[in-house]
Amino acid sequence: MIPVSWYLILSAVLFVLGVAGFLIKRNVITVFMSIELMLNAVNLSFVAFGYMLGDYNAHIFVFFVMVVAAAEAAVGLAIIMLMYHNRKSLNVDDIELLKF
Amino acid sequence: MAHEYIPIFIFLAVAGAFPIVTLIAAKLVRPESPFKEKLLPYECGIDPVSDARGRYTVRFYIVAILFVLFDVETVFLFPWAVRFRQLGMFGLAEMVVFLALLIVGYIWVWKKGALEWI
Amino acid sequence: MSYLDQTLHLFPETVLAVAGTLIMVLSPTVKNARWLGRIALFALVLALFGSHVSYHHGEYMGSAFDGLVTNDAFAILFRQLFIIVAALAVLSSFDYLKREGIETGEYYALILFSVVGQGLMACSTDLVMIFIGLEISSISTYILTGYRRHDARGIEAALKYFLLGSFATGFLLYGIALVYGATGSTNLAAIRAAIPQANGPLVAMGAALMFVGMAFKVSGAPFQVWTPDVYQGAPTPVTAFMSAAPKAAAFAMFLRVFLTGLTPAAGYFWLLWGCAVLSMFVGNLGALMQSNIKRMLAYSSIAHAGYVLAAFTTRSAMGGAAAIFYLAVYSVTNVGAFLVVAHLAGKDESTVAISDYRGLGKRHPVLAACFTIFLLSLLGVPLTGGFFGKFYIVTSAVAAGLPGLAIITMINSAIGAYYYLRVVVTMYMEDAESPAATPAVPASGTLVLIFTVIGVFALGVFPTMVLEWASQAADILK
Repeated sequence: MIPVSWYLILSAVLFVLGVAGFLIKRNVITVFMSIELMLNAVNLSFVAFGYMLGDYNAHIFVFFVMVVAAAEAAVGLAIIMLMYHNRKSLNVDDIELLKF
Repeated sequence: MAHEYIPIFIFLAVAGAFPIVTLIAAKLVRPESPFKEKLLPYECGIDPVSDARGRYTVRFYIVAILFVLFDVETVFLFPWAVRFRQLGMFGLAEMVVFLALLIVGYIWVWKKGALEWI
Repeated sequence: MSYLDQTLHLFPETVLAVAGTLIMVLSPTVKNARWLGRIALFALVLALFGSHVSYHHGEYMGSAFDGLVTNDAFAILFRQLFIIVAALAVLSSFDYLKREGIETGEYYALILFSVVGQGLMACSTDLVMIFIGLEISSISTYILTGYRRHDARGIEAALKYFLLGSFATGFLLYGIALVYGATGSTNLAAIRAAIPQANGPLVAMGAALMFVGMAFKVSGAPFQVWTPDVYQGAPTPVTAFMSAAPKAAAFAMFLRVFLTGLTPAAGYFWLLWGCAVLSMFVGNLGALMQSNIKRMLAYSSIAHAGYVLAAFTTRSAMGGAAAIFYLAVYSVTNVGAFLVVAHLAGKDESTVAISDYRGLGKRHPVLAACFTIFLLSLLGVPLTGGFFGKFYIVTSAVAAGLPGLAIITMINSAIGAYYYLRVVVTMYMEDAESPAATPAVPASGTLVLIFTVIGVFALGVFPTMVLEWASQAADILK
């Protein structure tokens, strides 16, 4: 029997990897993938907690998170496409029209 | 603890053995007569002219985005199907409303011309 | 309770969602998008009227859908605020969208969907429902931000808002997961009951992560970096809308989650205090250095988030009421101010520098007077709503035994005087070298100006009407 805490540690590691990817990576698509990794790490936590508590609601939360992530992906990819169309670059360092 | 993993090891062993055994068996059984046309990627049709990792037209991305949306929304059908009897008419009505909303989205996409291949 | 009764608890959301869907279906065929805007306005008025009737007759109040949503004074106050803000934004978008050549029906549908999400955020008493409401509101707002899709600045703003917004959502969601794991529930009342027996560090970590996500959404420092860029790049009526409605909605969920759900986990006091003080200073000092009016108002909105957070820091019913009252005043005033900016922005938003406002007092005295009233209300001058807003915040801070916070709030109001009055001076005392043409205000714009100016004065002269309601709403949170 694998203890629940292992899943939670894995989930925390994945979440931190997502945060690190968001902060370090320069390609917009990779940055966006890092966000998706964060959301999926949370899903893993939800399922692990649901298993620990014997509560099936957690599975439904995961579905909601997945659907929200898909909606976000659709909007995000559309915005990224427009940005590429406009700027011919996907590097976050080139996003610099608006600044102090 | 370890014995819980035995099925996984068996599965791994079978999965690893399957391609090896089939490839070797095919090699032993089949007759061999290679010639030039047979070694082309497409035996009939046009020869590939460039690298596959080229640039795609933007239409593919729109189709992909739409696919992601409509594909993932159907995830709600699974819990509904599992609890279909307990949810009864209310569940059915809710699901009809949900699917109707998805269809409205589909109609919008269609009317806007996002599905036209220009 | 029948399902119809339960759905009527969410009457405004239902009406707006149906109207939004209808607009989406009609938009490919209806050529004149103005009609779709009118449908949106009608739906907003109907939703406002419905929630008003339900509140005053006490019908369809209380919780529904197994405690997922609650229709109470708090929810209705915020909902009506969102609906009013959205209606004002729709009214003033008519001419803006025409000028920019982007008038399509989806714009109005997205505003309605955004209000649906905000309404759900205000009335939900369950973390997962709050999350879904937040995402409905946020995703619609991301699209609205990039609505000028041929403008590089607009797209850049949308991309920044989207990336940083989803990043914050990740934190909020992880916080929800940890709190759920520690307490075994996502219902706020159940969480509150379970916290004393729950795993303390897990709850504290979950609360801290949720705090990060929510501080981002209300643009509290140090999570405010996106605000000036996004407010500058978005179409100005959208900026008006999102500086008021999604922000107030984020505060509604912030108040509801922390005061109703996580009160027993009291360790977050210094987090709130620090965020409030930092937001005030970052906002006010940043605004001093701006030459673009939209960026200046964006920094000022960070400072205002700081004032509301200061009221929130008291964690008393009085502070809650002060925060809610301030949000109402701020929303009405800020929408008015941004709508004046939207009217004067010119094609492709070419005239949004503060220097473009030189001589406005002579060129267009009425518009200049209205703008002055809004700026004075943001500053907190007596007779305007802003005065009582600040007054209640300072009083509640003193009553809660936080004189330091009260003094910091007053110092910051004084810093604010410099940049608000600088714009007033520019309008009246300086002359433009080559004055830009000042377009006449259309009928819809006049209606918006009349409504917001009356709102600012009504809140400044008869504050008790809204304040009593706000106190009632704050009492529910306890």
